[in-house]
Amino acid sequence: MFNRVQKILIPVISVILGLIIGAIVMIISGFNPLEGYSALLKGAVGDSFYLGETIRQITPYIFAGLAVAFAFRTGLFNIGVEGQLLVGWIASVWVGLAFDLPKVIHLPMSILAGAAAGALWAFVPGILKARFRVHEVIVTIMMNYIALHLVNHLVRYVISDQQNTTERVPETASLKSPFLETLTEFSTMHFGIFLALAGAIIFWLILEKTTAGFELRSVGFNQHASEYAGMNVNRNIVFSMVISGAFAGLGGAMEGLGTFGYAFIHSAFSGVGFDGIAVALLGGNVAIGVVLAAALFGILKQGALIMPIESGVPTELVEIVIAIIIFFVASSYIIAYVLQRFKKGAK
Amino acid sequence: MEYVIEMLNIRKEFPGIVANDNITLQLKKGEIHALLGENGAGKSTLMNVLFGLYQPEQGEIKVKGKKVNITNPNIANDLGIGMVHQHFMLVDPFTVTENIVLGMEPKKGVTIDMKKAVKDVKEISDRYGLKVDPNAKIAEISVGMQQRVEILKTLYRGAEILIFDEPTAVLTPQEIKELTQIFKTLISEGKSIILITHKLKEIIEVCDRVTVIRKGVGIDTLDVEGTTPNELASLMVGREVLFRTEKKTAVPKEAVLEITKLNVKDARGVNAVKDLSITLRAGEIVGIAGVDGNGQSELIEAITGLRKISSGSIKLSGKELSSLKPRKITEAGIGHIPQDRHKHGLVLDFPIGENMVLQTYYQTPFSKMSMLNNKEINKKAKKLIAEFDVRTPSEYTEARALSGGNQQKAIIGREVDRDPDLLIAAQPTRGLDVGAIEFIHQRLIDQRDKGKAVLLLSFELDEIMNVSDRIAVIYEGNIIAIVDPKETTEQELGLLMAGSKRKEAGEDTHV
Amino acid sequence: MKKRKFGLALSMFLAAGTILGACGSDDADTSDSGEGGNSGEESGGDFTVSMVTDVGGVDDKSFNQSAWEGLVAFGDENGLKEGTDGYNYFQSASDADYVTNINTAVRNDFDLVFGIGFLLQEAIEQVAAQQTDTNFAIVDSVGKGDNVASITFKEHEGSFLVGVAAGLQTKTDKIGFVGGVESDLINKFAAGFKAGVEAVNPDAVVDIKFAGSFGDAARGQQMAAAMYGAGNDIIYHAAGGTGNGVFTEAKNLKKQDPEREVYVIGVDRDQAEEGALSADGKDYNVTLTSMVKRVDVAVQDISKRAMDGDFPGGEVIEYGIEEEGISIAETQDNLSQEILDEVADYEQKILDGEIEVPSTLE
Repeated sequence: MFNRVQKILIPVISVILGLIIGAIVMIISGFNPLEGYSALLKGAVGDSFYLGETIRQITPYIFAGLAVAFAFRTGLFNIGVEGQLLVGWIASVWVGLAFDLPKVIHLPMSILAGAAAGALWAFVPGILKARFRVHEVIVTIMMNYIALHLVNHLVRYVISDQQNTTERVPETASLKSPFLETLTEFSTMHFGIFLALAGAIIFWLILEKTTAGFELRSVGFNQHASEYAGMNVNRNIVFSMVISGAFAGLGGAMEGLGTFGYAFIHSAFSGVGFDGIAVALLGGNVAIGVVLAAALFGILKQGALIMPIESGVPTELVEIVIAIIIFFVASSYIIAYVLQRFKKGAK
Repeated sequence: MEYVIEMLNIRKEFPGIVANDNITLQLKKGEIHALLGENGAGKSTLMNVLFGLYQPEQGEIKVKGKKVNITNPNIANDLGIGMVHQHFMLVDPFTVTENIVLGMEPKKGVTIDMKKAVKDVKEISDRYGLKVDPNAKIAEISVGMQQRVEILKTLYRGAEILIFDEPTAVLTPQEIKELTQIFKTLISEGKSIILITHKLKEIIEVCDRVTVIRKGVGIDTLDVEGTTPNELASLMVGREVLFRTEKKTAVPKEAVLEITKLNVKDARGVNAVKDLSITLRAGEIVGIAGVDGNGQSELIEAITGLRKISSGSIKLSGKELSSLKPRKITEAGIGHIPQDRHKHGLVLDFPIGENMVLQTYYQTPFSKMSMLNNKEINKKAKKLIAEFDVRTPSEYTEARALSGGNQQKAIIGREVDRDPDLLIAAQPTRGLDVGAIEFIHQRLIDQRDKGKAVLLLSFELDEIMNVSDRIAVIYEGNIIAIVDPKETTEQELGLLMAGSKRKEAGEDTHV
Repeated sequence: MKKRKFGLALSMFLAAGTILGACGSDDADTSDSGEGGNSGEESGGDFTVSMVTDVGGVDDKSFNQSAWEGLVAFGDENGLKEGTDGYNYFQSASDADYVTNINTAVRNDFDLVFGIGFLLQEAIEQVAAQQTDTNFAIVDSVGKGDNVASITFKEHEGSFLVGVAAGLQTKTDKIGFVGGVESDLINKFAAGFKAGVEAVNPDAVVDIKFAGSFGDAARGQQMAAAMYGAGNDIIYHAAGGTGNGVFTEAKNLKKQDPEREVYVIGVDRDQAEEGALSADGKDYNVTLTSMVKRVDVAVQDISKRAMDGDFPGGEVIEYGIEEEGISIAETQDNLSQEILDEVADYEQKILDGEIEVPSTLE
């Protein structure tokens, strides 16, 4: 439907439009948009501390975006990334706390536990869809709530002794890096970003380079033809959900072992999983796109924290900008249409 | 001379190609005018220009002698131009009436005046002899009926000029006959018709004049009287065309496919295939003739493992298939050219290259240790593209971008290349032009001559008669007769397809 | 195609939600920005102080807002301006922002940084360990570190007092308690409340339930409906935003039947405002009273001590009735004089040490 150039142009134009409309909103509210945006940029990448924080923000967005995008490429809508992320978080922390092992074993084991928990959580909607044609959107949304309350219960009654937070995971299971923290003046940056980038590469490898990925993409585009070609559509649905959930679970492990270093009672969803939908959409469901979109989200969200103190522009404005960007990406048809007109005019 | 429509020297360009170049088409009042051309010759483009979907770069359009500027379909509608598309644009869960009045509903206050709508629809359908049940749901009526609804839709909107895009492609022989009758009624009621087609027989039978276009260029407009199918075909293709596919007499050998007492249920749980038995031998083409919906799809789905069977047995070279998964059946040596190439044959968003290995991507050399070997895949694709004359810019082009004929050639290339013992071809030439049909028929015969079995399913009696060595007539899920194409007539087949017994067939022809 | 359309619809929906959400919470800054301007009579020197909210934000009508009011009052009193060289707040959009915001505060050279709410405890401890030159205070929790002051409240004392009021007021002898997330903190409320009720009305039964969230008003309303339906006539909520649902349900019931006696006991602030409604042209209020937790008093107090060089690092400061950190609300329209007298009586007994209010459920 859209050609390659348009696929890149549409998100870029959406972002620019989002920023322009955000500027207009700032002018209307009596703020200087240049000051606002430069404060935002400074707050995101202005010095090493902010940069560290931004990178830390980006990490879970990459995983959440990859999770949504992976399922989407197989034609599935995984709205349950939030829940899968939470169970991945608790599982990684749990394993981190439960064992006393050397780091080379302990850390990978904790991370994999997160991935496994997320995968398991996504397996349920996958199998229900494959076996009984229950729509995955409904199941994943429900599973989010189950995850939230289950995780809270585990934190309070199983992992901790009626506390609101668990103990901190020992150094052997921690992604925290004193080196990176010192480098970025005590930011919360941790090793997770490298795993996230590796995750993006794995995403690309699986989908584009393996036979399994060939099947997943084929099923995503055309289930019927895939079935005719002898592929097992149901198995692919389950497989896709499991991988998607594993990405989400890894995102949770990054929070559990890196950003926080512990698990705590969530009074509400973290929102990262839902932002992952926007990240995947903006990134066009491809690995590099997801990384770039996650970077944009990380910059916007981190910059938003600093914007009020630097320029007085309220943080909510960034939410508006993000909403407008998503709106334009979602209604990419409008942009495509304008582009076409524009081309015609040039001719 | 009075023309209702004149399209003069129309030129339409798309990036990189000229779809229409200096084409002139003049439609007289009360005539049926055929627009003839191969797939991709520019017929649809020309009609889309007339219908306001495209703007021409050059040329002008006159309606009843007045120059007009048709910038969108609404203007075309207002000018009395209506189009019956090949792919129907109907809302399945709505009733016939609802579909016809959609967008132009008679109102009673703010609500739709359904009574008046039904009355209006009845009135039009009586006047033009288009019998439909105004209250039936679209999903529940036959394809022929759906086409009538499409025609009624245009008439309801006051169309004077009706464009039919390949109207017979989806119809049974009986339905085609009825459509011909409808054409005559429409003309007698003062309408004019443009018929887009590549079926020469139809043109000879129903049309008054014909405009032939080839590769975007208008070749000629001539009176149908005094022309021959051969003349039209060579004008269309640009060379001599052989109508009867040349083939040697079949030399059937051992049995390849043995189906015994097969029972298969359809999606609603009704027995669609009932106690069906048939045997296919190596080196023969068996054609399955029948009206759509008599168990053909279920039979093929059962053989290919896409549908569970209730009882019976399907054996390929002695090996029982009925409990195997589709992949195992493919590997056992069955190739399948599916009826719906868009839905079942191709992944349209995949490049042609990846489509060429849709069943074999996991085998060496296309895959090594679970990793795809794109070099080998593209090498294979290149070879097949060349061998089967698939016209595509490259093997990286998305299948969606190819014309129907080239998509079909790609599928056939892929299936034939695997050299299956049994090749199932369901409607392999549906919607294709003469050149492509010839090519595909030849490929099927080549397979036969190589000693393979071919099962051909088609609703085109011509095709069945031409290509098959034996014809099996399917009716209500059972093979009711097996005939030799050399010893039967279309008439006899038509009657058999309608369910008459063979013995009576001879008597019936006298009536 | 179908899927694509669905995706489009979904993303539109998400986008719309974000826009609306953003608009909804936009008023925080505008309402507060004017207040920092008055230059006070007394200069605070170069002392600066800031606070980091939890995800509630400074307009949460609860302890974040209360803390901010305390900081504003402190600023006014000492001639500080709002901004990086006076007093300021940092709003957290998610749990992951706590450390970032606390660190940002430190990097902006604030002398004292408050973490508002127990959710920030880990974050305060972590940053405090790295940034030893800055003083920190954590509200509602006990944090480790020599440069960390811990501010806690004797919520059980205040809860005891509103429990006395409830025990005397109830007609059905059935009283409900809706907690946010079950925790030691919320258990303090429940324990004090239960003890208060039992002290004056041994026959009354207190039904203790937890919502599992501080921000789920719908769940709060659901729980309140069940409790009122089961014959409870008073509900004490210690559930933040979830408690708003309790108010909604009580007001709905009152609207349907103004004769019916249903009450809510508010928490943290004087919540009389939340309980007001009018039915059949008459004004009613379902807020019986509120257990007021003076986070503002505590914030002011600690700020002052820090400015004076008397920062209680490493200490746990408990604010109770005696320290004026806990009280029952000023609005007392729904309470009879007898009840008020009785409450005052018990308050005195607590001050005198005659009554030791339990802080845990046994």
